[in-house]
Amino acid sequence: MRIAVFATCLVDGLFPQAAVATVRLLERLGHDVVVPRGQACCGQVHVNSGYPREAAPVVRNHVRTFWPVVEGEWDAVVAPSGSCVGSTRHQQARVARQVGDEGLARAATAVAERTYELSELLVDVLGVTDVGAWFPHTVTYHPTCHALRMLRVGDRPERLLRAVAGLELVDLPDADQCCGFGGTFALKNADTSTAMVADKADCVVATGADVVTAGDWSCLMNIDGALSRRGAPVRAAHLAEILASTRDDPWRPPGSAPGRRGRAGTGRPGRPGGRSAARTGGPR
Amino acid sequence: MSARGTTARDAVLGAVRAALADAEPAPTVPRAYRRAGERPSGDVDGLLDLLVDRLEDYRGTVVRCAPGDVRVAVAAQLEGAGSVVTPTGLPGEWSSAPGDVGVEVRVDDDAAPLSHAELDSTGAVLTACRVAVAETGTIVLDGGPDQGRRAITLLPDRHVCVVRADQVVAGVPEAVAVLAEHPGRPLTWVSGPSATSDIELVRVEGVHGPRDLRVVVVGAG
Amino acid sequence: MTTTHLGMPTVRPKPEREPEDPLRWGPTFAEAAHGTLQDAQLRTNLRRATRTIRDKRLAVTAELPDWEALRDAGAATKADVMARLPELLEQLEASVTARGGTVHWARDAAEANRVVTDLVRAAGATEVVKVKSMATQEIGLNEHLEAHGVTAHETDLAELIVQLAGDRPSHILVPAIHRNRDEIREVFASRMADAPPDLTNDPRALAMAARAHLRELFLRADVAVSGANLAVAETGTVAVVESEGNGRMCLTLPRVLITVMGIEKVLPSFTDLEVFLQLLPRSSTGERMNPYTTMWSGVTPGDGPQEFHLVLLDNGRTRALADDVGRQALHCIRCSACLNVCPVYERTGGHAYGSVYPGPIGAILTPQLLGVGSPGSPDSPGTAPDPHDPAATLPFASTLCGACYDACPVRIDIPTALVHLRERALHPVDGDGRAVGRPTATGLAMRVAALVLSSGRRLGAVSSLVGLAGRVLRGRRLRHLPFPGSRWTLGRDAPPLPTTTFRAWARRRGERS
Repeated sequence: MRIAVFATCLVDGLFPQAAVATVRLLERLGHDVVVPRGQACCGQVHVNSGYPREAAPVVRNHVRTFWPVVEGEWDAVVAPSGSCVGSTRHQQARVARQVGDEGLARAATAVAERTYELSELLVDVLGVTDVGAWFPHTVTYHPTCHALRMLRVGDRPERLLRAVAGLELVDLPDADQCCGFGGTFALKNADTSTAMVADKADCVVATGADVVTAGDWSCLMNIDGALSRRGAPVRAAHLAEILASTRDDPWRPPGSAPGRRGRAGTGRPGRPGGRSAARTGGPR
Repeated sequence: MSARGTTARDAVLGAVRAALADAEPAPTVPRAYRRAGERPSGDVDGLLDLLVDRLEDYRGTVVRCAPGDVRVAVAAQLEGAGSVVTPTGLPGEWSSAPGDVGVEVRVDDDAAPLSHAELDSTGAVLTACRVAVAETGTIVLDGGPDQGRRAITLLPDRHVCVVRADQVVAGVPEAVAVLAEHPGRPLTWVSGPSATSDIELVRVEGVHGPRDLRVVVVGAG
Repeated sequence: MTTTHLGMPTVRPKPEREPEDPLRWGPTFAEAAHGTLQDAQLRTNLRRATRTIRDKRLAVTAELPDWEALRDAGAATKADVMARLPELLEQLEASVTARGGTVHWARDAAEANRVVTDLVRAAGATEVVKVKSMATQEIGLNEHLEAHGVTAHETDLAELIVQLAGDRPSHILVPAIHRNRDEIREVFASRMADAPPDLTNDPRALAMAARAHLRELFLRADVAVSGANLAVAETGTVAVVESEGNGRMCLTLPRVLITVMGIEKVLPSFTDLEVFLQLLPRSSTGERMNPYTTMWSGVTPGDGPQEFHLVLLDNGRTRALADDVGRQALHCIRCSACLNVCPVYERTGGHAYGSVYPGPIGAILTPQLLGVGSPGSPDSPGTAPDPHDPAATLPFASTLCGACYDACPVRIDIPTALVHLRERALHPVDGDGRAVGRPTATGLAMRVAALVLSSGRRLGAVSSLVGLAGRVLRGRRLRHLPFPGSRWTLGRDAPPLPTTTFRAWARRRGERS
C-alpha cells in the first residue's frame, strides 16, 4: 500500500522519533510511505481553545495536503495520534461549515474517512497484529481518552503490544482515567491538571513497568513530564516506537548515551538514508 | 422586568417559539429497547423468583405462599405490630389475618379517614398492590380500594404488601402499560424499604418511609 | 453532649459570603480549584464516593441488554421535546388544570420566587417542608422565603446536612458528598437541637437522628415545595424520584403542594415513563430502581394535597434553547452520572464550579442559563469577555476526556458543547451577531498560530528553532519555563528537545511529497 504519514505538529517539532518510527515500521511491513511536505496541523488546538474560525485556514491546509488520498494517489493516511485523527473526523467539517465552506466540509470528511490512527491502520486496514517487533521491557499502556472514547480503538493497541517479542505488558490501574493533559487545560487549569497527572504517574509507578506507552505523544509528554519531575525510572515511548523496535534496530530511550545510531529521543532521529535501508532497518 | 401587559405565560411561550425559529424538526424516537411484552416472560415461577431476588437485594423481607395460605402468611408478617391500618377494599380472607395474631385493625374509610397522628401511631399497614416489576423489584400502588390513599402506606413503620402472581410483570414497560389504564391515579412506586446513601454513599435502609417492607408473594397455585 | 473524640474534625468553616446568585458565585474555576485541591479530606471523600457510585452504575447498566437502545430512545425523546416544546407545555398546562391543579409561569428566578412566596402566604403558612430540588436551588428560593418570613426546611438528608452546616451543595444528587461521616456527626451534634447526646458517626445512627428530627415537621407542615423529575404533557402526571421517603412525606401529607419545574422537564406521553424510569435510577444512584417514586396528576380528592400549584420556570432556559449546539444541555435529567465519572470534578469537588450545577453538565448549563456570550440578555447585553466571570471559565474546566458523554443516559455530547461554549465565552456577539469587545492577546496569538499552522513551510521554519534549542540543551530537560510554560513546569519537566524535526529528517532521506 501507499501510505501517507501525517506526523502532526507536536510530533513533527517535539517528538520526531514517533513519526520516524511510524515510517520505519510501515516500510518494514513492506509498504511505501510518503511524507507530504505541506502538512502542518489538524486544527484541534484552535478548536479546543475556542477559536474554531481561526482554525479554518489550518483545516484548509490539511485537507489540501492530504487530498491525494481521496484521488487514489495514496491508499491511506496514518497519524501517530488518536487525538489528531479524532479532530479530522469530528471537528474539521464542523469548522468548515462554521465559516460557510461546505465544499471544504465535504472534502475534509472525505480525507478523514481515509485517515487512521496507527493501531487502526495496522489492525483494521493492514490486518496485522504481529508486526515482528522486539522490545525487551516491561511495559504499561495508557489508553488516551480520544483513542478510547472518540475513536473507540478498543484493545487494538494491546493486541499489537502483546504480539511484540520480549515485551511484558502489565495492566495500568485506573487506565481509563484521563491523564489531565487536555491541551490548553494544562495551562489554564494547571493545578487540576497537575493533580490529575500526579495520580496517573502514581498508577504508572505502581505497575513497576520500565516503559509507559500510549498512542499520543501529547498525553505521553504530560505523563513523562510528571515521572521525570519525581525522578521515577520509567521511560515513555510511543506505541509506534515500540512497534518499530527490532533486534537489529532496538529502541533506545531518550537520554541514553549517544550510541552507534542516533535515536530520535536523544534529539537525533536517525541520519538521512536511502529508502531501502530504512525499510529493512539495516545499516545506514 | 417585562413589557407591560405581557403575561409571564405569553412571554415564556414566546421566547420558546423564538428560540426554535430555525431549529430542526422533531426526530422520530427509535424504540429498539424491550417494549411491553418483548421480554421473554418465561414461566410464572421464574418471574416470581426474579422478583423475590430483587426485593431481597433491597433488603426487603419476602415470603412466598400458595393462594390458600395468604391469611396465615399475612398473619405471620403482622405479628407483634400491635395495630394495623387497612384500606376498605381488602379481600375478605386477609382482613381477618390481623385478628389471628391479636393485632388491632384500624380501617381507613373515605368517610372517616384516620388522622396523620393516628396513622403515625399505628404499627403496620396491610395492602395489596396494582402491579409488580420483577426485573427491578418494584411494587406499584395506585390507590385502588385494596391499597388505599397514599398516607396509610407511608406513616406506619411496617408495610405488609400482598402481591398476586398475576400482578407480576417482567419489566418497567409492562408495568407502565398496566398503569396507563388509569393514568390519573396517584402512584407510589416502592422498591424496597426507604433508604439513603447520602453519607459516604453507604446505603442505610429505613429513613422516613416504612423501615420495614414485607412482601407476601402469592404463587400461581 | 460530652462526647469528645480525639482527632474529630471540626466543621469546615462556612464559605465567606453567601452566594448572591446560586448560578454564579466565587472566583474563576481555576482560582476556586486552586483552593479546593488543597483540601486533602475533600479529595479523599470525593474519590471514595465517586468511585463507589461509578462501579454501581456500571454494574446495573451492564445487566440490561437494551441499555444502549434505552439511551437512544431517551436522547431522541428529549430532542423531540425540545422541538415541540411550545405545544407540549400548553398541553401540560391543560392536563394539570383539567385535573384540578393550577399552573403558573415564571420568566426568571425573581418571578418564580414571588409566585411561590405569594402562594405560601395565601396558604397562611410561615414554614414549608421541601423536597430536594435543583430548580428551587437555582432560583435561591429558600433565601427568598427566609427574607419574607417563611422558614424552609430541607428534608432530604444531604440537603439537611448542607442547610445545617450553612454550606453549599457540591453535587446534584448527593449535595453533601464532600463531607464524611465524622464531619456530618459534628454538624448534627452542634447544629441540630434534638440530636441524641450519644450520637456516633455511624451512617445509620446519623440517618435515624435525621428521621427523628424531621418526623414532627412532616406531621405539622401545611405547605410543601418540591421540584419535579418529569411531567407528562398528555396526562398531567408529575413525578418525583427519591430514596428516603422524605419526598413521599412532603408530597402526601401537607394540604398545599407547590412544585417548581424547569420547562424542559416535560415529556410527551405516559408511555415515555418506561424509558426514563429505567434510565434515571440506574444512572444516578446505580440502583435498578430507586426506593420511591411518587406520581400525581393535579389533585385527587381525599388523597394527598388538596391544592396543587405547578410553577413552570424559564430562567435562561429559552436562551439555551436558542443555541443549536448548546440546547442539548436542556436534555439533562439531573442524574449526575457525568459528575461521578468526571476526573476534574473528582479532584476539585463541586464548589469550585461556583454554581448549583457543578461538574460537566454544570459547565455547559450554567453559562447558558446566564447567557454568557449571548446577546441581548438583560444582565449581559453583549458584554466583552470578562476573564473574572466565574461562569465564563466553566467551559474550560474540562480536559475533553469524554467520560461524561459516555456516561450520559441521554447522550448529551458534553465535549462538543464545551468546545462550542468556549468559543461563545471568548467571542461575545451583539444582538445582530456582530462581535463585540476588543481582540485579546490570546486572540492575536491564535491568529499568529493559525498562520504558522496552516503552512508546512512556515511550521517547518518555526519548528527548526526547536531543533536549535535542542542542540544547545543536548537532551537536558528544563524544570522551569517562562510563563505560560511555567504553568506546565508546575508539576512536570519539559520534554527533552530533539535536534531536528521530522520533516527535516524526511526531506533529508529524499522523501517525495
